[in-house]
Amino acid sequence: MSPGNSFQGLILTLQRYWADHGCVVLQPYDMEMGAGTFHPATTLRALGPKPWNAAYVQPSRRPKDGRYGENPNRLQHYYQFQVILKPSPPDLQELYLNSLYAIGIDPAVHDLRCVEDDWESPTLGAWGLGWECWCDGMEVSQFTYFQQVAGFECRPVAGELTYGLERLAMYVQGVENVYDLNFNGREGPEKVTYGDIFLQAEQEYSRHNFEYADTTMLFEQFKMAEGACRKYLDDGWKAGHNSKRHLMAQPAYDQCIKASHVFNLLDARGVISVTERQSYILRVRELAKACGEAWLATAGGGAEASS
Amino acid sequence: MPDLLLELFSEEIPARMQARAADDLKKMVTDRLVDAGLVYEGARAFVTPRRLTLFVQGVPARQPDLKEERKGPRVGAPEGAILGFLKAAGLSSIGEATIQKDPKKGDFYIALTEKPGRPAIDVIGEMLQVVLRTFPWPKSMRWGAQSANPGSLEWVRPLHAIVATFGPETEEPEIVRVQVAGIKSGDTTYGHRFMSPGAIHVRHFDDYVAKLEKAKVVLDPARRREIILNDAKNLAFAQGYELVEDEGLLSEVAGLVEWPVVLMGAFDEAFLKIPGEVIRATIRNNQKCFVLRDPNSAKLANRFILTANTEAADGGKAIVAGNERVIRARLSDAKFFYETDLKIRLEDRLAKCKDIVFHEKLGTQAERIERIERLAGELAPLVGADIEKAKRAARLAKTDLLTEVVGEFPEVQGTIGKYYAEEQGEDASVAAAIEEHYKPAGPNDRVPGDPVSIAVALADKIDTLVGFWAIDEKPTGSKDPYALRRAALGVIRIVWENGLRVSLGEIFRCKFVSGLQNQIDGMSLIVEGFVDLSRGYEGQRGQDLIDHLRSAYIWPAVGYLCDRAAVEAALNTFVCNPEFDADCKKYPGEAYDNAAAEVENIVRRLEPTQVEDEKKRREKQKLVDDLSRRFSNDLLSFFYDRLKVQLREQGARHDLVDAVLAQQGEGSDDLLLIVRRVEALGKFLSTDDGASLLAGVKRAANILRIEEKKDARQYTGAPDAALYAQDEERALAAAIDSAKADAARSVATEDFEGAMRAIAKLRPVVDAFFEKVTVNADDKAVRENRLRLLNEIREATKAVADFSKIEG
Repeated sequence: MSPGNSFQGLILTLQRYWADHGCVVLQPYDMEMGAGTFHPATTLRALGPKPWNAAYVQPSRRPKDGRYGENPNRLQHYYQFQVILKPSPPDLQELYLNSLYAIGIDPAVHDLRCVEDDWESPTLGAWGLGWECWCDGMEVSQFTYFQQVAGFECRPVAGELTYGLERLAMYVQGVENVYDLNFNGREGPEKVTYGDIFLQAEQEYSRHNFEYADTTMLFEQFKMAEGACRKYLDDGWKAGHNSKRHLMAQPAYDQCIKASHVFNLLDARGVISVTERQSYILRVRELAKACGEAWLATAGGGAEASS
Repeated sequence: MPDLLLELFSEEIPARMQARAADDLKKMVTDRLVDAGLVYEGARAFVTPRRLTLFVQGVPARQPDLKEERKGPRVGAPEGAILGFLKAAGLSSIGEATIQKDPKKGDFYIALTEKPGRPAIDVIGEMLQVVLRTFPWPKSMRWGAQSANPGSLEWVRPLHAIVATFGPETEEPEIVRVQVAGIKSGDTTYGHRFMSPGAIHVRHFDDYVAKLEKAKVVLDPARRREIILNDAKNLAFAQGYELVEDEGLLSEVAGLVEWPVVLMGAFDEAFLKIPGEVIRATIRNNQKCFVLRDPNSAKLANRFILTANTEAADGGKAIVAGNERVIRARLSDAKFFYETDLKIRLEDRLAKCKDIVFHEKLGTQAERIERIERLAGELAPLVGADIEKAKRAARLAKTDLLTEVVGEFPEVQGTIGKYYAEEQGEDASVAAAIEEHYKPAGPNDRVPGDPVSIAVALADKIDTLVGFWAIDEKPTGSKDPYALRRAALGVIRIVWENGLRVSLGEIFRCKFVSGLQNQIDGMSLIVEGFVDLSRGYEGQRGQDLIDHLRSAYIWPAVGYLCDRAAVEAALNTFVCNPEFDADCKKYPGEAYDNAAAEVENIVRRLEPTQVEDEKKRREKQKLVDDLSRRFSNDLLSFFYDRLKVQLREQGARHDLVDAVLAQQGEGSDDLLLIVRRVEALGKFLSTDDGASLLAGVKRAANILRIEEKKDARQYTGAPDAALYAQDEERALAAAIDSAKADAARSVATEDFEGAMRAIAKLRPVVDAFFEKVTVNADDKAVRENRLRLLNEIREATKAVADFSKIEG
């Protein structure tokens, strides 16, 4: 099993590589989210002064990108490999390129390029500068120096790498259709493809996301998540002697993640107009900001232990 | 003389920022050199994705010495003054100062100090420190461990090395000492990231360029552009194609590579069924590749040109294959979208527009389309368009927003709509209008010329402007989220360049009236007014809030939309109680916000009154009329501001616009006439007659202003011919009468140059009047009469413009 013959080989290689460079290798967060950035290990941990190096796979749900399993490149559920290094090391570009070599991309025959792509997540109140990294014209990763998260300046700045795993795997395996990816590296009857695992799911979820997702329930869920987030935030503030500490930043943030995903589903159902979108995004952002503020008042966020 | 070589080596600089950054670096350093007395011979800046380089030739090795003379206190001044002077001038005793004799004011001290020039290398080191800290990147960032500290260096991307050498060409140069963010300047740079990543030691510019070239870096962006363009053309030509040149793309691509290698790829011919614009948008925007065409048919070919940044070991086979793969995927997406779209007729997409909220206060997309359709139909006869075609085009113009292709490539909106319209057999001008109704999209974009397109383009823009005006979402400062400035400028250019005669104010007013009469729009308007009011409220008691609301101009509007008494009663329950009053004292901000929210609830909850008697109807009509006029005048003045900006950009004087507008007053909403007047006025003022008449009119106005102020009254009304004492007065009066009449006749036929000529005839008589006649005569009646005559001069020129607004 190698990155060149299996999806899981690719993941294992990347995990190994970043583990060797001092990252904690985490497991995916157990909630639906649009991108690996939403994982608290990135959103929350990027805030505050504490050093933090982590790598993990995160299933990313983009309900709008579903294509009923008919498009060879697009999925409503796919995997991101996320690396976050705080503070960003001086040789981050080298580290990243070496990780590509590790999965078998040879710079002697491939054209690797950093093309400006400033990253902004309006829902997270976050932005950073960086690039999309191209291999022969294909975007294989997103490379970002976080400047702000949840409306707070990052001090210090974290470097974030996001690998689109399916795309990368298709490239190294030389496969044209994502569903043809070899997942386990076996051949013959033992071979398991990406399609064996996910094709049916793509069909079912596309149907769900575009046609059947219960919008009444979703509108209600959005409100509930928003309300719960606010409530946990309000209830979590504990006044100390001179400093305020927060006791429920993470549970509150879970509700923010929830609200964001519900919004994405509503958006896929086409029941939110362009202008309404803005106000929904704003509402999630307000939650994210409040969660960031709460996180900074916790030990993980670097708040001094209260006396 | 020594040369300066500076290289700032960083991670990849965004292509779009590179050229500007090179210019900025050159300007920042050379301006400071000159300020420091270091006059250099020449400077050139270069940029690649990873380096920003400046070469300054012939910098003096030292600053010139500076002699400074400082004036001190008088001889015998108090000790404090003397000490202060010594300190400021850097002298240790007063004996070092010289005494300047001054028989009139008394002798005083002078300090003559000589500031020796410093070595240029030190001065440059200090200045680079400042340049690095203050470099105007459009967007810059912090990075690494140092970013934990406030005030850490910001750069476009992480900065890694600084080369800064200084010395004559023939000698080993010195290093200019610079240290920032933990980076020390030196003579080390690096070659191409993949092909020659090692360290390179450089001395002077020439060996720097040569060594870089050897290390696979072409420093000069112009040369990279040239290489790409030539290679691309040759490659295309060799295979019987023609490059579709693209200046913007070329610059961008040259900014993505240090060592350009041009390669050609192909895609399946079947994709050529997709509209060319969509193919090009896909390949250009997403892949930064050029498209090619068949020189015979001028149609796109199934080939593209890519620019790699490396000489691949396999001659580029893998790179081409990889790019082809991505383009294939992109094009199959595009093709799928295009074919899916074709299955649904544009008008069948209208139903879905009902579910899409355009803006919560401006209704759904479907409502918006209906408004635009109606307005396009109204405008059609005014611009010479077929009413039915204009309405049809307006009806379909926004439907492509719901197509898959636009979802994917927003920039082809309109264009793709045209294709779909053609495919479904729409009239050619209807199809064209779907594309052109967005135009002009910017100052350099083409203005539509076909009448149907004009009608729809105007209707779309005016609907947007009127709508956002009515809900008070006007642009403020740099914020213009709905691009209303662009829309207004678009209207101005369409009207102007097509020579259209439309009364904008009247159109605005009508649209505001119909908008206001629409219950929902009116309602939200009133709710907004209320919420704003209650937010601004700073009383102590609930009753104050009610009084505050009741005294507002918007209050009568409540009457026609809902039951006023009910609103008051509901508010009473909410705010007229001790609890609310206590909250107002304790948590004013929160209480007011709650009140605002409650007001909103109450007003929204109440049903519009169904019964309308005649009196109420009139009251409502009056209110709607008043509000419409206010809005429309406000929107017009926004247009005038845009017009001024536009005219100024074309080199016209903005004061002439003011002069023309001031004279025309509220009714002047015919942009074309305003422009023509400004042009005629500009021409007139550049003649001798014009300039001299302007002086005369200004003189008259000045005298009048002074005398009217002195007498605290105005001298208006016709002068009395019986009181003329001198021939010059009579001549002036006669000339004014005929000039007025002539000018009025010319204005009536819109012959503004003729009007100017008529007014110009006043020049000799005005000059003669001022030469021979004393305005402030002793005889009170004669004086008053002469002042009235001066007023007549002012009045006469108002036929064309208010001369008092003209500068100079």
